[in-house]
Amino acid sequence: MTTTVATLVPRTRRNVELLLLLVAVGLVLLAWVNVDLGVRETVPAQLLTVGGGLLGLSLAFHLVIRWKASYADPVLLPIATLLNGFGLVMIHRIDLAGGRDGLDSNAGKQLVWTALSVVIAATVVVVLRDHRLLQRKTFTAMALGLVLLLLPLVPFLGTEIYGSRIWIRLGPLSFQPGEIAKLTITVFFAGYLVQARDVLSLAGRKVLGFTFPRMRDLGPILVAWVVSILVLVAEKDLGSSLLFFGLFVGMLYIATERTSWVVLGLLMFAGSAYVAYLLFGHVQERVMLWLDPFSASSLAVSDQIAKGLMGMAAGGLFGTGLGQGRPWLVAFADSDFIFPSFGEELGLFGVFALLALYAIFVERGLRTALGVRDGFGKLLAFGLSFSVALQCFVVIGGVTRVIPLTGLTTPFMSQGGSSLLANWTLMALLLRISDQARRPVPEAKPLPRDEPGRVGENTEVVRVR
Amino acid sequence: MNTPLRRISRFVALLFAALLVSSTVIQFVQAPSIDARPGNTRTTLDSYSRDRGSIIVGDTPIARSVATPRDQIAYQRTYPDAKLYSQVTGYFSVVYGAGGGLEGSADDLLAGTADQLFYRRVTDVLTGRQVSGASLRLTIDAKAQEAADQALGDQRGAVVALDPRTGAILAMVSHPQYDPNQLASHDGGTQQKAWTQDNSAASYQPIVNRAIGGNLYPPGSVFKIVTAAAALENGVVTPQTQIPAPARLDLPQTSVGLPNENGQACGANDRTTLQHALEISCNTAMGYLGMQLGADRLGAEAEKFGFGQTLRVPTRVSPSAFPTDLDQAQTARAAIGQESVRVTPLQVAMVAAAVANKGVVMKPYLVQDVLASDLSTIDEAQPEQLGQAMSEQTAATLTQMLIGVVQQGTGTPAQIPGVQVAGKTGTAEQGNGKPPHAWFTAFAPANDPKVAVAVVVEDGGNAGSEAAGGRNAGPVAKAVIEAVLNR
Repeated sequence: MTTTVATLVPRTRRNVELLLLLVAVGLVLLAWVNVDLGVRETVPAQLLTVGGGLLGLSLAFHLVIRWKASYADPVLLPIATLLNGFGLVMIHRIDLAGGRDGLDSNAGKQLVWTALSVVIAATVVVVLRDHRLLQRKTFTAMALGLVLLLLPLVPFLGTEIYGSRIWIRLGPLSFQPGEIAKLTITVFFAGYLVQARDVLSLAGRKVLGFTFPRMRDLGPILVAWVVSILVLVAEKDLGSSLLFFGLFVGMLYIATERTSWVVLGLLMFAGSAYVAYLLFGHVQERVMLWLDPFSASSLAVSDQIAKGLMGMAAGGLFGTGLGQGRPWLVAFADSDFIFPSFGEELGLFGVFALLALYAIFVERGLRTALGVRDGFGKLLAFGLSFSVALQCFVVIGGVTRVIPLTGLTTPFMSQGGSSLLANWTLMALLLRISDQARRPVPEAKPLPRDEPGRVGENTEVVRVR
Repeated sequence: MNTPLRRISRFVALLFAALLVSSTVIQFVQAPSIDARPGNTRTTLDSYSRDRGSIIVGDTPIARSVATPRDQIAYQRTYPDAKLYSQVTGYFSVVYGAGGGLEGSADDLLAGTADQLFYRRVTDVLTGRQVSGASLRLTIDAKAQEAADQALGDQRGAVVALDPRTGAILAMVSHPQYDPNQLASHDGGTQQKAWTQDNSAASYQPIVNRAIGGNLYPPGSVFKIVTAAAALENGVVTPQTQIPAPARLDLPQTSVGLPNENGQACGANDRTTLQHALEISCNTAMGYLGMQLGADRLGAEAEKFGFGQTLRVPTRVSPSAFPTDLDQAQTARAAIGQESVRVTPLQVAMVAAAVANKGVVMKPYLVQDVLASDLSTIDEAQPEQLGQAMSEQTAATLTQMLIGVVQQGTGTPAQIPGVQVAGKTGTAEQGNGKPPHAWFTAFAPANDPKVAVAVVVEDGGNAGSEAAGGRNAGPVAKAVIEAVLNR
C-alpha cells in the first residue's frame, strides 16, 4: 500500500525563533539609537550594556524554550520581545522629553519589570510541565481572581488614581491586581466551562429559534455579569469590566457552540451599559468625549483624546521620526496613550506594523487553540489570546475613537509593571500549550502488515467536538 | 469546538480591521483638518520651531534665534540688548505671538514665509537645506540709540532721530522699556507674568512704542513750525511782517482768550515778527496766524507733513491727527499745538526733517537691508519722497528762524559748540492739573543737516509741573545730535 498523502514532519522551528529574536532585538536597539539621536543627538551611552542585557535575557528565554518546550510556537517570543522593547523605547523617549533618565525614570523601572517578567515567564515554562495541571486548580483560580479583583476596594490598601480604584499600594510598590486576575479568571473560565459545557449546550428551552439555557445553568454567567458590573461601579474601571465580560461570553460560545449565549450576553451587556450611562456622570462624559472630542464641552472635561488625535494627525503617513515628534503633549503618552505616541513618531505605516504584530500574536494563540487536543487547553489558549485581542481593541479603539475611551494598558508596551508581568506570563502559558499542540503525537508502532488483527489495539478513540 | 473558534477568529480579524480603518481615518483622511484646528499646539509649536532670521544693528544682532536641541521648541528667541531695543524689535512669544515691533510687522520675512523669499525657499527645499528666515539690518545708529536712551534716563517719553535726507530712522527709543526675553521665554509662567507687567497701566504699559504708536501726544509749541510754514507758504506773512502779539489774544466766543505762557506781550506795541514769535514761542502771535490762515489751510499744511497718513516703517505708525470742523477760537488753539492736535514723536521729527531737507518730506523707514541666511542681500531700502511740505525758500527761511530759537530763544539748552542747531521747543498742556509734556525737535548742522530729532518727555519728566520743552527735552536732543555727528 502506497501513501498518497505526504505527512507533515513536525519540526521544532527553534532556529526560526532564534533568527526572529535577533531581528527583534536588533530593531529595538535601532529604535533606541534613533530616539537618542533625535532627542539628544548622541548615541545612548549604555547601548552596549543595556542592549547586551536585553539580548542576553531574550536568548536565555529562548534556551529555556529549547530545553523545556521545544515544539512551542516560534513567533510568540520574538513578537513579545519586539513589542516590549518598542514600549521601552517609547517610554524612554517620553522620559527624555520630561528630563528624566537613568534607572529612576519610568523606562528604568520598566526595564527592571521587564527582567522580572521574563524571569517569571521562563519559570512558568520550566515549572508548569503540562497546562492540564492548571485544570485541577479551577476553583482556586476563581477564588484568587475574585480576591485580586476586589483587593483595590480594601480600605488603606487600594488607592484611587486618576478616577479609577484599580491599584493597591504596599509601601513604595503599587500594583494593579486586575491584570493578574485576568489570567486566573481565564483559567477558571476554561476549567469550569470544560466541565459544564454539555449541560450548558444541551439543556434548554427553544424560543424564536434560539435554544435558551435553563435558569440554573445561567448561574455562572449571571455571576460574571454581576462581578463586571461591580467592578465597573466600585472601581470605575470601564475597560476591565468590558474585557472580563467579553472574555466570558467568548469562551462560553466556544465551549457550548450556542449562539444563544452570545445573544444573551450582548443583551445583558447592552442593558447594563445603558443603565450605567443613565446613572453615572463619568460614563456620560466618556460617551461625549467619544462622539465629539473637539467640542467645547468635551475639551472642558478632558483634552486628552483631542490631543492624542492631533498627535496622530501630526504623524501622518510616515511619522515625524522617532525622537522628533511631540508625543509628550498628550497626558499618559507612555501608558494608555502609547499608541498615539507611536502614531505620531512612526506614522500610519508604523501603526499598521504594530497592529500587525498584535494580530499575528493573537492569530498564533488562536491557532494553538485550534491545534491543541484537549478541551481545557483549547479554551485556555483561546481565552488568553482573545483577551489580548480584546484588550488591544478596547485601548486602541478607545484612542482612535472606535469605542469610548475606557483606559486599559496596551499589552506589552504600556508603562506599568503589573501589566507587563501578566502579559509575559500569559505568553508563557500560550507557549506551554502550543508546545503541547505542535508536539507530534507519540508515534504508534508501525503495524506489521501481516498482523491485521491487532489494529484495534492502536486505534485512538477521538471524540468529535 | 473548532467551528466556533474559526468563527470567532474571523470576528477578531474584524476587530483589528476596525483599528486599521480608524487609524487610517485619523492619520490620513482627517489629518489635514485636525492639523488646521485652532488650539492645535503641535501646529503652533511647529511655526515656533523654525530658524527665524535675526534683527541686526550695525553688525550686532539685537534679536536672534538660538537652537535649543533639548527643548520642545527647537529655537529660543533671544534679545542680547533687550531693553534698549525692546520697542524696535518687539517680542516673539509662543503664547502671545509675534508683535510689538519688527517681530510682528516683518514676521513673514523673519519667518521666511514672505513672497519675496519664494524662490529661495524653493531652492532650500530642493537642496535639502533647512528653510530659514531672512535677517533684517536696521537703519538704527547704535550710538544715537544709546545716547537717546541715556539722556532720557528714567523719565517716560520717546526719542526719534531721522536722517532728513533719506528718512532712515537713526534712533527710536521709548521709555519705559520692557524685556522681550521674558516674553520669548519657553516657560509659560514667566511669559504670562511679563505680559501682565508689560501691559499694565500701573507700569505705564512699557509694551507700547511711544515713538510711533499708542496714545498720541498733544504737540504743543513744536506744532508752531507747521503753523509758520503754512503762514509763509500761503503768503499770510513775510519774515519781516509785524504781527499782533498781545499778552492775551481775544478769541471769538470765549471769555478767557489765548494767553501767553508768561502773561506778557511778545513785543513792543503788542506786535512782533514771526522770527521772534518762534524764538520765544509766542502763543498769541501764532494763534493770530492760525486764525488768519483758517482751519482748512492749516490742516492742509499739516497733511503735507504727513498728518493723517498711516505709515509703515514697516511697523505701523499711528497717524497723527489735525482736527476737523474747528471754529475760530479752536483754530487759534490748534495753531499752537493744543486743542485736539495729536502727534507721534516720529511725525514731529518728520516736520523738522522736512524743514532740514528743503521742504521735502521723506518716507521714514527702519529696515536698511533684508539679508538671506548666507548674508547675501535680498532687498535694499530705497529712500522715497512722501511729499513736498513747503518750498525750498520757505524751508530756508524757517531754518534761519529755528537757528534763532536755539541761539537766543527757548532752545538754548540744545546748543552745541561748533555746530549750528536749528530747533523748536514745546510745552504741551494736558489740562486736568497734569504736568505738561516737554517737547523738543531739532536738526543739525543747520547748513548741511545730517540728523533731525524729536524728543518728548512725558508729564514733565523729572521737572514735573515746572517742565519746559527747552530745559527738559533739549539736552536729550542735543545728546542724540552729538552722537550722530561725532560718529
